[in-house]
Amino acid sequence: MRKIIVLGPAAAFLVGGSMLAMAEIKSLRGDRPLDAPPEPPKKARVISKTGGFGRQWKTQPPLIPHKIDKERISLDENSCLRCHAPDTYKAEKAPMISKTHFTDPNNPSDANLMRGRWFCYQCHVPQVNAKPLVENLFSKTAD
Amino acid sequence: MQGIWKKLLSTTMVVGVVLGVVLWGGFNWAMELTNTESFCISCHEMKNNVYEEYTNTIHYMNRSGVRATCPDCHVPKEWVHKVVRKIQASKELYHHFMGTIDTREKFLKKRGELAVNVWKAMKATDSRECRNCHGETYMDFDKQEERAAERHEEAFDKGMTCIDCHKGIAHELPKGWKELAKKNGLMPTAETTPAQ
Repeated sequence: MRKIIVLGPAAAFLVGGSMLAMAEIKSLRGDRPLDAPPEPPKKARVISKTGGFGRQWKTQPPLIPHKIDKERISLDENSCLRCHAPDTYKAEKAPMISKTHFTDPNNPSDANLMRGRWFCYQCHVPQVNAKPLVENLFSKTAD
Repeated sequence: MQGIWKKLLSTTMVVGVVLGVVLWGGFNWAMELTNTESFCISCHEMKNNVYEEYTNTIHYMNRSGVRATCPDCHVPKEWVHKVVRKIQASKELYHHFMGTIDTREKFLKKRGELAVNVWKAMKATDSRECRNCHGETYMDFDKQEERAAERHEEAFDKGMTCIDCHKGIAHELPKGWKELAKKNGLMPTAETTPAQ
C-alpha cells in the first residue's frame, strides 16, 4: 500500500512531465503540416577568415577558412595542391599539407602524397555562418 | 569616246563598291559565325570534353550572369591576331576530320600537350584574352580577399601574367599538370614569386 502511495504521485509526475515535454518538442521542419512545402532554409555564406579557425580539439582536421566552390578534386587533379602542396605553399603563403599525409614524411612531394588522403574534403571542411539546428553546449576543449 | 570611258569608270566604281561590301561583309560574317559558342560545340570533341567541363566554372555561370564564351578566351579580339588564329585553326579542322581526339580516352591522352599549347600562347601574349575583361588597372584590391589582393599586387609588380597562376580555371587540368608546366617554364618560380 505504501509503495502505491509513493509510486502513484511519482508516476503521475513522470507521465505529466513527459506530456509537457512532448508539447514542446518541435520538428526541425517546424510546425508546418506535412502536405505544405517546408520553409526554405536561410542561405548560409562560407566564412573567409584570415589566419584560419584554429582547432576545437587536439586531433581535429584543420577547418578550411575560405570558399572552395571553385576547387576540383578528381583522380587526375587536385586543385588544392595549387597552394597547399610542398612546392607551392611558401609562394602562396598557405599552410602546407601535414607531413603525416605523405608516404615519405621527411621528403614530402606531390608524388608521394597518400592516395587515401587525396580527397581533402573528407576531413577538411569550410564553415558557414549558420545557426546550429539544435542548441548545444559544445565548446572548445582546452588547448 | 570620252563618254564611254566615263560610263565604264563609273560602272566599275559602282560594281567595285558593291562587290567590296558584299565580299568584305561576307568574309567578316563568316568569321563571326565561326566565332560563336554554338559553332565551337558543333564538334563533339569540344562539346563532350572542354565545354562540358567549362559549364561547371565561373566563366559559364555566376552571380551576375556575365559570361565568357569559348572565343572570348581562345580567339583574339584584334583583327590581325584574330585572322592569324583563324588560319591556325585549320590544323584543328584537320585533326577533327582525322579523328585525333574523337574519344574521351584519346582526348585525355592528348590533353597535356593541348593544355601546354594554350598556356604557352597565353604566356606569349601576356594573357591578352584574359585582359580583354580583367584590366589590371581596374582591379579593386580592396574588394578582393586579403590574400588574393596581396598576391595580385605583388604579381603585377613582378611582371607576372594571369596564366602563370590561373591555369585550369575554365577546364579541368591534365594529369601531372604541375610537372608539365614546370618542364615548359610555365610555373611561377622563386624569381617570379615574391620573397617571403
